[in-house]
Parts: sequence; C-alpha cells; structure tokens
Amino acid sequence: MTGRRPPFLSGAAAAGRRLRARLRRLPGFRAVYGESPRHLVALLASFAVCGYALARLLARDWFGVVEWVVGAALLHDLVLVPLYGGADRLLHRAAGAGRRPRSRWRTSVANHIRVPASLSLLLLLVYWPLVSRDVAARYRAATGTSAEPFRERWLAITGALFALSALHLAWTAWRRRRRG
Amino acid sequence: MRPLPPRRPPNPFRSPLRGPWLTSVLGTVLLAGLPVLFVTGLLSYAAYNPDLARINDKTPDKGLLGFYLFSWPTHPYWLYRLTQGVHVTLGVVLVPVLLAKLWSVAPKLFALPPLRSAGHALERLSLLLLVGGGLFEFATGILNVQLDYVFPGSFYRLHFYGAWVFVGALLAHTVLKVPIAVRTLRDRGLRAELRTPLERTRPEPRDPTGLVATDPAEPTVSRRGALGMVGLGSLALLLVTAGQSIGGPLRRTALLAPRGRNPGTGPNGFQVNKTAALAHVRPQDTGEAWRLTVRGNGRTVRLSRAELEAMPQRTSMLPIACVEGWSSGDQRWEGVPLRELAALVGHHTDPPGVFVESLQPAGSFRAVALRANQVRDGRALLALRVGGADLSPDHGYPARVIVPAAPGVMNTKWVRQLTFGATTFTTDSGEPA
Repeated sequence: MTGRRPPFLSGAAAAGRRLRARLRRLPGFRAVYGESPRHLVALLASFAVCGYALARLLARDWFGVVEWVVGAALLHDLVLVPLYGGADRLLHRAAGAGRRPRSRWRTSVANHIRVPASLSLLLLLVYWPLVSRDVAARYRAATGTSAEPFRERWLAITGALFALSALHLAWTAWRRRRRG
Repeated sequence: MRPLPPRRPPNPFRSPLRGPWLTSVLGTVLLAGLPVLFVTGLLSYAAYNPDLARINDKTPDKGLLGFYLFSWPTHPYWLYRLTQGVHVTLGVVLVPVLLAKLWSVAPKLFALPPLRSAGHALERLSLLLLVGGGLFEFATGILNVQLDYVFPGSFYRLHFYGAWVFVGALLAHTVLKVPIAVRTLRDRGLRAELRTPLERTRPEPRDPTGLVATDPAEPTVSRRGALGMVGLGSLALLLVTAGQSIGGPLRRTALLAPRGRNPGTGPNGFQVNKTAALAHVRPQDTGEAWRLTVRGNGRTVRLSRAELEAMPQRTSMLPIACVEGWSSGDQRWEGVPLRELAALVGHHTDPPGVFVESLQPAGSFRAVALRANQVRDGRALLALRVGGADLSPDHGYPARVIVPAAPGVMNTKWVRQLTFGATTFTTDSGEPA
C-alpha cells in the first residue's frame, strides 16, 4: 500500500510495516514454508474454523461424509469437467470452428448449438431428481401432486431453446447475405 | 527444415479465455453472493429456535457455532418467507457461476509439481475443503429441495456444519486471493474487457497464477460472450425457480422448481409440505372422537372441535414458508389464538412457550417447542379453518398451529396436545418424560 493515509492511521501502519519487515528478515521462513507468514496465519485461522465444524460434520457417518466431500470434488474435476470440455471440443471439431483460417460462420454455428445445449444441460443438472423421476414416488406422497410433468417441461424448454437459437442463426445468416 | 518441437503430453487445458481476469470476475460475483447465502442460511437455522428445546435442535453438538442464536421474531410476518426464498433461489442461481469459477481454475488441480512447499501443501488442503465443501453445500441443498434424501445423514446437520467448513475455507481463500483479484481487475479493467469482441480476444499474458494456457487454442467466444453464457444460465435458473417463492400468478412460471403448481383449487388448494397419508394420520384419528388436550400449570383441559369453534375466533393472514424455499401466498386462517388457549390453563397474562404435539405417530417435527414471543403474538393461532373452509386433512384437520414468520414445519398439523410452559414431552403429572 503506497497511498496517502489519514494521520491517525500512520502510527498503526508504521507498526505493521516494522512487524512485516521483521517477519521478512526471519531466517529462512520463506525457504522453509515456501510462502509468506501472512499465508500461514490465514490458513491456520481457516483450519481452526473448518476443523471445529468438520469434527461435528464427521461425528456420525464420517465415512459417508468424506465420501461425499472428496467424491464431489473428484467427480466434478475428473468426470464432469472433462466430460463437458470433451463434448464442447467434439462439437467444435464437427462444426469446423476454431480452425485456421478462422471462419466466423463455422464459429457462429458451433455457438448456436453450444448455448442452448449448455443451458439445457445446466437445467438438467440442477433439476435432475425431478426430471429423471428419481423421486417421483416420494414427491407424490409428500406434495399430493405428480412429478410427471417435469420431464416433458425440460424437453419442451430444451426444444424452445434450440428453436430460438436456430431462428437467431437464420436471422444472422440472412443479415450477412444481405450485406454481401 | 525446422526442428520438431520436443514431444510433450498434449495439455488438455487450452482455452484462451482462462486467466486471472475471468477468474477474478467470477470470484467477485461469488464473493457478493456467497455471504448472502451464508447469512440467510444462519437465519434459517435460528428460525427453528434450536436453543429453546432439544426437540427443535438437530445439532445438539453445535457448541460455539450457535454463538449468534436469538429468539426468532414474529415480525414482519413474511420474514422467513423472504430470507428462505432468497437463500434457495440465490443458491440455485449461483450454480452456473460456481461451475464457471471451478472451470476457470481447473488447470490448477493438475499443476506440477503437485506440492511445491509446505505452504503450497497447506493451501491445497484448504482448497480441497473449499471445493469439496462448496460442492457438498450446493449438492445437499439442491437435492433436499427436491426431496432426494440420498445424502449421508440428517440434512440439517450436514448442511449446517458443511456450511461452516465451506465458509472457513472461503475465509482463507478470500484473504489470499482478493489482492490478486483487485490488482487484476484494476490493471485489465472490467469495461475494456467487456467491450472486447471475439476478433480481438487474446489469451491473457502469461503470469505466475498458472491459469493462462501454455498452448492456447483459437478463441471461439469472447470473454464477454463467456460471461454472458454464465449470466444466461443464471437467468434461466431464476426464471424456472423464483415463481415458487413469489407465488401468485408467477408460481406457474416456475416450470422446473418443485413447487411451481398448486396441488388443488379452492381454499385448501395451496402447497402441502407433507400429506396426511405420508404422516400416517388416519381419518379415525381425526373424527368425532378427536380431542385437543391443553395442559399447563398442573391443569388439563380437553376440548372437542365443536368446543374450539365455540370459542372467540380470530383471523390471521399468514403464508406457509418452507425451508425448501417455496412458500404459499398469505392464507386467511381462522381459529383460536394460542394465548387464549394458554388462558384456559391459567396463563392469563404473559403466557410461556408451548410444546406442541401432533397426531403424527413418528418422524421429525411431529412435535415442536414454540417460544413465549410466538405464543404471545395475537396472530399465532390454533387454526380450524382456512380461506373460509374447514382445514383439509392434508392441511392439518382438525386443527393446526400457524405462527407468523415461523418455518413451515414449526406450524404443526393434526395437533393433539398443547403443553404450556414445557419444552419436551411430559407425563400426565406434568413432569418431563
């Protein structure tokens, strides 16, 4: 921080600077730890909160919870990300987008598939239990209404998104042709 | 002929959009949204009055994490409807932002060497808690509102303790990364980048964050376009979700949210949390033979439904607002104020709290403890009728509790017994069972 401070803060700032300077001179803190002392303090404070809560979170079915927390991170990073990244790459390869020389048209086609597809998959991901009818029996017993419509609604929304995108693409193409 | 470049494994992270700018923008959005989620979540936890009675408390080992608890108020009557509607809707709307943020930092997971130093090892451990905890919170919340109870244990415990793990890790992440985000957004500017079209979209300069691709592909979308896609995702989720909390004519716009349709028509046609059949409340339990038992001060009074109807009735306009985020509009409840029932057993002024028991034979929330401020609010009723009609079996016939601003399940249905001054099950002599 180099900006000018109000005078009443300058004393505290100077003390902070002196403390930081002293910590920096600690023989080999960075050499041993690899990061600044601030880094260690922040992480230790954070681990205190996490540890206190984790002890309670794990108090009953600890294996089940660890499976969920670690499993969620691994499933996301090692399955979900490669899956949608790979699908996106296949889409672009199929559409010939991203190839040199660049074709605006091919990129545009790929994006007009990419946007409705990603929106549709996002809705499916969030509302999977209802759309897949995994919870249909419990849903009906609890709420007194049927879970039947969710799948049709998701399909209808997906269809509408692709239709809107196709219309937009057609409009873009028509405008481009008119401009020559 | 040019010499071939040295062979190396193809780097799967080739998006030219990744870099500190994109990550900083997404991080800033989360930094605005996650505290709102956390605070509304803590409020919801307090709304159950877990410090009042063992029966209300799914987390008896909470220790210091209950430091902030307070008597949940009854004013304004729509308080819980608002806080919990915001909690669930915002949580759903932030899903694409969270996914985009995680996508933007995905190369860091595979960074080599995996552990550079002791500090780096600690930070990676913290990031596991951050990412695992965050996904855990979003997943348990989203599954719970769809009644998909596949998670390992009670939702209240998992979601509450999980939130503290997530927020603990988020604190360190914020302290360590906010300076980088501020510097990045100041240097690269927000508006300049948002005005950059696809043709001028370039990878960010290589920097020590390790986010920028070493072998970037041709861009197929601008950063503005990528953020637009994330925003469109949030908008789509908002449109198919928010109606279940706003209600009225907008309810039908919640096409994919669990409570986008009313189960019926007429006065009892609004949302049902749990049907009588699911709660195993049988018609023979609620027929002519049903009696309400009111106890307190060592006295016991038994009342039939006809006797309750003969008492002075009061009308309250109140919603049902569920922890799952949905709510009904304000319903016109008619019944006997809880404080009038307290007076029947001698609590004429300043009645104490009440322990409410349902006919429901088993399951959580078949009994709850209400606090004195909830009993004393004149709008808090033992309701007999709604919208001008008798309560339907699914809405708690013959009688249910309705308290302003209380979470849905605190408004016990099929009430069998009210014990004023108690916070747990009691024997006939009034001693704790």
